[in-house]
Amino acid sequence: MLAAGLDWNIFFRPAFDGSGTYLRFLLAGFEWTLLLSFLAWILAFVIGSIIGVIRTLPGKFLPTLGAIYVEIFRNIPLLVQLFLWYFVLPEIIPGLGTWFKRGLSPLLQQLITGVLCLGFFTAARVAEQVRSGINALGSGQRGAGLALGLNLSQVYRLILLPVAYRIIVPTLTSEFLNTIKNSAVASTIGLAELSRQSQQLGEFTAHWYEAFIAVTLLYGIINITVMIAARYLERVARLPGYIGGKN
Amino acid sequence: MLFARQSPVRESILRFAMGNALAIKNYLFAFVGFCLLAGVTGAPAADELTGTLKKIKDAGSISVGHRESSIPFSYYDDKNEVVGYSQDLVMMVVEAVKKKLNMPNLQVKLIPVTSQNRIPLIQNGTIDIESGSTTNNLERQQQVSFSDTIFIIGTRLLVKKDSGIQDFPDLKDKNVVVTAGTTSERLIREMNEKAGLKMNIISAKDHGESFLTLQSGRAAAFMLDDALLAGERAKARKPGDWVIVGTPQSKEAYGMMMRKGDDQFKMLVDETIAKAQTSSEAEKLYQKWFQSPIPPKGLNLELPLSDIMKELYKSPNDKAFQ
Repeated sequence: MLAAGLDWNIFFRPAFDGSGTYLRFLLAGFEWTLLLSFLAWILAFVIGSIIGVIRTLPGKFLPTLGAIYVEIFRNIPLLVQLFLWYFVLPEIIPGLGTWFKRGLSPLLQQLITGVLCLGFFTAARVAEQVRSGINALGSGQRGAGLALGLNLSQVYRLILLPVAYRIIVPTLTSEFLNTIKNSAVASTIGLAELSRQSQQLGEFTAHWYEAFIAVTLLYGIINITVMIAARYLERVARLPGYIGGKN
Repeated sequence: MLFARQSPVRESILRFAMGNALAIKNYLFAFVGFCLLAGVTGAPAADELTGTLKKIKDAGSISVGHRESSIPFSYYDDKNEVVGYSQDLVMMVVEAVKKKLNMPNLQVKLIPVTSQNRIPLIQNGTIDIESGSTTNNLERQQQVSFSDTIFIIGTRLLVKKDSGIQDFPDLKDKNVVVTAGTTSERLIREMNEKAGLKMNIISAKDHGESFLTLQSGRAAAFMLDDALLAGERAKARKPGDWVIVGTPQSKEAYGMMMRKGDDQFKMLVDETIAKAQTSSEAEKLYQKWFQSPIPPKGLNLELPLSDIMKELYKSPNDKAFQ
């Protein structure tokens, strides 16, 4: 099938940039992927939770605001959003934008842009999970809490959210896995994450098949690890009588 | 029901299968006979088709890989047609293939490729030949084979006219952008280590994004093949604001890519290129693409014919520089 057979020794040859072997080179990308994904996930989780909660609050103003956020961030393609964050935003914010472009090292610019873009995008999706988790509880628990004399913040903190988060652990896991895979878009603004490094490996050694196979395995390793951890979390967190729990 | 014992359908299937079995048997005899004959007479006759040419003949079509925005080598013009210096040359090859196979109506399939997929697509047979701006180097020669060189570039810098940057030493402490995976990226990283220039190197996704990075002020210089820099400059809003400077850091030979070990096809391709270069055809193409207004904007790249290109046109060869 192949003109030249697969050559796995390629990973032990020195990388073009003098950083060590190509294996080390790929693992450096692996580290950037992990860093970017984790930071973006933290941002997504925090913002997503806030937006998700305000979409379930009584009144009109805050829920509408939340809905607008969600529709904007989940309806614009991720690649377009990244382009807007990296190329357009610094041009339309005069002072801060110029400082960002000239004052920061390119690597920091790429990481910050990647985290913000991926974080805000995923937050819209997390918000929807949180909202549906809260709505899944029905109005009874909310009403009961208020009737007991708890204020709204206490009802959310003590009753609604602890159960809602437990219900949505499986879907949040999917979102986290998506975040890891979506982090590959950062390669388009030059961040040397895993998919970029594998492309570079292909470019400089012309061993494309080996590069693609290796990158598939590495993404597989991250995602399977996350999956196993999430299963464990699900088991620990589940409540009797709810999704995933035993009666 | 369908396969009941006496069903006419079943019978006809059986008859068909048996007929085929007989035919296969005949083919086998013929094949054995042919092998014996070949054993006696030695190698197959010289004009027998093998490899890519045979594939083209059997398929009735040739698949040509081209680039989408390698100006002025291979790109889409304003009418969405593939044009460029490399495209003109590969169409000469297509004409030669038509003549050789005596197939004037040979179908030509144009398939856009990227720098990431061009080698796998050659290897798996999706395209038969790639003609764009692909550097012939020793690493790639282990995977694919290259035609005679069609163009030789030097790697230089594109900078803003009033930036004060004249040559590579002026890049000290500056941000420099390169396109990921290019030879320029390797060279600039080496230079950074050896000369201690403390540059910040940005590797952008493609040439267009590299130039955008330069234009947005994130980088002070953009290092790439001089011909491609001229092409990027031609796309700028004000091409006059940008200049190409610096001592060329490396030479690179562009060639067409084919499957490895297919001497018959390579010979035909090389002959075509050599004929164009030693006659005045290639030089006319050079003038057309590098010294006259080109689509889509009617800009002139104004890149003079270098001595090394003159040398190449005099004595065509397929040597790689690295």
